[in-house]
Amino acid sequence: MLSKRIIPCLDVANGRTVKGVNFQNLRDVGDPVELAKAYQDQGADELIFLDISASSEGRETMITWVEQVARELMIPFTVGGGVSTLEHAKRLLDAGADKVSMNTAAVNRPELLTEVAEAYGSQCCVLAVDAKRKQDGEGWEVLIHGGKTYTGKDAVAWGKEAVKLGAGEILLTSWDRDGTHAGFDLPLTRAFSQALLVPVIASGGANGPQSFVEVFTDGLADAALAASIFHDGQWTVDKLKHAIVELSEFDQAEKGIPIRL
Amino acid sequence: MIDLVDYGGGNIGSIQRCLERLQIPYQMTDGNALPSGDRPLVFPGVGAFGASINHLTQSGLLPRLKSIVQSGTPYLGICIGLQVLFDSSEEAEGLKGLGVIPGKVVKFDAKKVSKIPQIGWNHIAPPTNSTFTEEPTGHVYFVNSFHPSPEDPAMVLYEANYSGQFCAAVKHQNITAFQFHPEKSGPFGHQLIQRWHNNYAL
Repeated sequence: MLSKRIIPCLDVANGRTVKGVNFQNLRDVGDPVELAKAYQDQGADELIFLDISASSEGRETMITWVEQVARELMIPFTVGGGVSTLEHAKRLLDAGADKVSMNTAAVNRPELLTEVAEAYGSQCCVLAVDAKRKQDGEGWEVLIHGGKTYTGKDAVAWGKEAVKLGAGEILLTSWDRDGTHAGFDLPLTRAFSQALLVPVIASGGANGPQSFVEVFTDGLADAALAASIFHDGQWTVDKLKHAIVELSEFDQAEKGIPIRL
Repeated sequence: MIDLVDYGGGNIGSIQRCLERLQIPYQMTDGNALPSGDRPLVFPGVGAFGASINHLTQSGLLPRLKSIVQSGTPYLGICIGLQVLFDSSEEAEGLKGLGVIPGKVVKFDAKKVSKIPQIGWNHIAPPTNSTFTEEPTGHVYFVNSFHPSPEDPAMVLYEANYSGQFCAAVKHQNITAFQFHPEKSGPFGHQLIQRWHNNYAL
């Protein structure tokens, strides 16, 4: 059976990982390569790096650390953050990223997804969607510019359009849940997973193993992303995975969440 | 020393880095510097069947590859390097593959599986009662909408389950070929490449 994936996410600015990382046995927690290796050794199924550098100078460091990460990692990794042109995507893929993720730029110019998919295949073309429940009416709205701009676009409709254009996977972040530790947004994740044929990575709201069991069963997610629960040392990937398996075996109704241990 | 084929259609950096981590020396070959046939051959790649066959045809690699594989030189195919061995693919009806393994490359049935492509880690094992039951088993990373379907079940080296059993790897005489990506499959995937190298290239 295909395993449900657990994906730690690392934010990088100016070539250094940011957010309070509290890791034992790591010489330099600010080094994306060191941190990536640590998560790989813990049993991470994939990694996602988001470059949040404010300046273009900061972003120029991307290619360097992507090359270093690619040399060290034996598992797939995705790079996103400010990817707005085919040329930029090409440089990241050439540097060794397995996939690139696009967000604001894809909303502004959806053909970008087609350009990347046609040049390198939809398997490396990830659409990142930041979604927030609509104030009025059903469904969710797409946010861009790191949640600062409301687009008025319906999130599920955008997901469907993006898949037609070439997106091969969706990184779906609930802006209602992100940073809350209140569990993943199950209705949002389920709506995407049912509407789209491509895999959906749920993001936003991760806490303990129960939240992962829920998003893989009720939420129908193919993968789930978390950042702070790993960075702050609350959970290691392997402990979390074992706890998910134990929970899903304990509850007969949810028996058999396939996890790579 | 092995020959690594760059067919011009996909990024082969990940397999290069994998060989470097395993300290397996390799030489790049392509349409200009054709593989010699004296050394074991690794043909990796991500891409579409049709585009790959067209690239191979344009670069002049197609006939050379076929003659090398038929001459008995050890061959390791990965992803597209597996699919081109077959007679044809549902991805590009009417185009002929190398035809060195009888059978077809077929698409996952959208009525049975919930997601296409299959992306992620799946568990591989040799078919029960096959001659390969001693082979190591484990999780490997897949990215595929299509999978091989060899006519002769004795050629199935590994199977996996994606809403039904499918062929994940084939082995036939000098040919070993994986539908998954060993170079992205952690220590177990690296072990599979090391084993192939130890068995055929040393």
